[in-house]
Amino acid sequence: MVLRGALLVARLTWLETRRRRIALAALICGLLFLAVFATAMYFGFNIAQEQGPGNAVEMRIAATVLTVAGFYVVNFLVTAVAILLPIDSLSGEIGSGVIQTLASKPVDRAAIVVGKWLAYLAMTAAYLALLGGGVVLSMRFFADYVAPSVIVPMGLMLLGAAVMLSITIAGGVRLSTITNGIVAFGFYGVAFIAGWMEQILSMFNNSTARYVGTVVSLFSPSDTMWRRAAFEMQPLATAVLQNGPFGVASVPSATMIVWALAYVVIVLWFAAWQFRHRPL
Amino acid sequence: MPEYAIETAALRREFGRNVAVEGLSLAVPRGEVFGFLGPNGAGKSTTLKLLLGLVAPTSGGGSVLGAPLGNTEVRARIGFLPEHFRFHDCLSARELLHFHGRLLGLPKRGLEAHIEGLLLRVGLEDAAHRPLRTYSKGMTQRAGLAQALLGAPQLVFLDEPTSGLDPLGRLLVRDVINELRENGASVFLNSHLLGEVEATCDRVAFVKHGRVVHELELASAAGTLDVELRLGQVDDALLEGLAAFGTGVTRDDVLVRMHASSESMLPELARWLVGRGVAVYELRCRRKSLEEWFVEIMGDDQRPG
Repeated sequence: MVLRGALLVARLTWLETRRRRIALAALICGLLFLAVFATAMYFGFNIAQEQGPGNAVEMRIAATVLTVAGFYVVNFLVTAVAILLPIDSLSGEIGSGVIQTLASKPVDRAAIVVGKWLAYLAMTAAYLALLGGGVVLSMRFFADYVAPSVIVPMGLMLLGAAVMLSITIAGGVRLSTITNGIVAFGFYGVAFIAGWMEQILSMFNNSTARYVGTVVSLFSPSDTMWRRAAFEMQPLATAVLQNGPFGVASVPSATMIVWALAYVVIVLWFAAWQFRHRPL
Repeated sequence: MPEYAIETAALRREFGRNVAVEGLSLAVPRGEVFGFLGPNGAGKSTTLKLLLGLVAPTSGGGSVLGAPLGNTEVRARIGFLPEHFRFHDCLSARELLHFHGRLLGLPKRGLEAHIEGLLLRVGLEDAAHRPLRTYSKGMTQRAGLAQALLGAPQLVFLDEPTSGLDPLGRLLVRDVINELRENGASVFLNSHLLGEVEATCDRVAFVKHGRVVHELELASAAGTLDVELRLGQVDDALLEGLAAFGTGVTRDDVLVRMHASSESMLPELARWLVGRGVAVYELRCRRKSLEEWFVEIMGDDQRPG
């Protein structure tokens, strides 16, 4: 019964997002980014080739870094979509009273939460596939470069987005739309800063900073998934040795991936539990 | 099958320090159209939410169609039109009904025909393809009413069902309520429009500060018929004789006022007076309106909550 209700709510959520042109707005922004990225790659690598055959290793490093840079933006856009799509979904329906007709039907309230989550996750995944695929194809056509791994990193990025999606859905059960947005971006921002702190200070072997970074990552593991994805999508040497913004000096462990999965399940369960007990 | 569509015992709901519903005990028999009246903030909407499982009671309990409050499965037999009738406005009325019909667990087979019948019933057949956001307030309320009637529910909760409707729309709601009664369904009507309640309900409960303070059978409410007589002459013997026809007999010169149990005794009263040779210049009767009952029961203190 929960599954049937969840699928019905997921279908409604998809329909609503499409008709309110939310998906269209996200799509236009994503395509704009891809257009700019592809144009930059086209001119960048064409100019480099016109200047004569350069160092192949340097070119490869440049292609790797630019691929990770492209995915960095993709990750940001996908995370933003994972937060913004559901931000008004539950709180808005609770505030307006729309939820009353829905919750008075013979459907477990958990199905409403899970249904919305499923719909938004599917949209986020499709968005990631589109933007990630665009970056990969741009690099393939204009730089003749294909990252060593793409599927696993994109899976990790989706997991990071799912973390933010779950946090936003859970926040929407009790918080107003604006408060929920502040909290969700707060979670993301804290994880982002902690990730950088861990990255930079680990170069100086500062164990305290690494410890703080890890603790914050446990609290909000979205950025950790990006760092692991960045590590997976570039050769080991580039990933670990480069000191640029896309190097991964401190590689998140496989245990952290398992924790992120568990985190999503726990937060979603908490959201459903809260929603079951919330007066509507 | 349980005798009552709704039964509650000492139902209580607190929101922090505020007690919205306090010791509410109700029994609504099956097939009855029940009106729930009270001033703003009296706890009417919270009671409705408690009965629908939208809010959990702090203490006390009850049952709806034989199932305990909060039961999910029983909602397949319940219809609900919320006060603010807000729905997913990107959907058309037809899509809204289809979606809610599927949520109710109605089989796909026959659902389309059922939906078309409901759209026709509420007069939305021509606008059924348009998104709800293009509807007027009354049209949205009609769509909500159709939604509440999906699956031929045994119990229908209507929270201010005519607030956005024109006179024709109000007549529609009245007809729908009567049809529900004829089909054996129970209706729980929450309304401020006492005329609507008076015209449709079998029984009403007055709620104040979260408590039911009075219940009234509208069809056969004893002592609600006020009779006024203007007679040729009045003496004590006559007044004693009139007491056999009703209660509260009072005299003001040749004007006699009394309460009668029903209109059926009026011809007999007239015959008795004429038989005694009393000149009857005027005989008027008037049922006490629900509004008068409301004012009398609620008193001066109609502060919210």
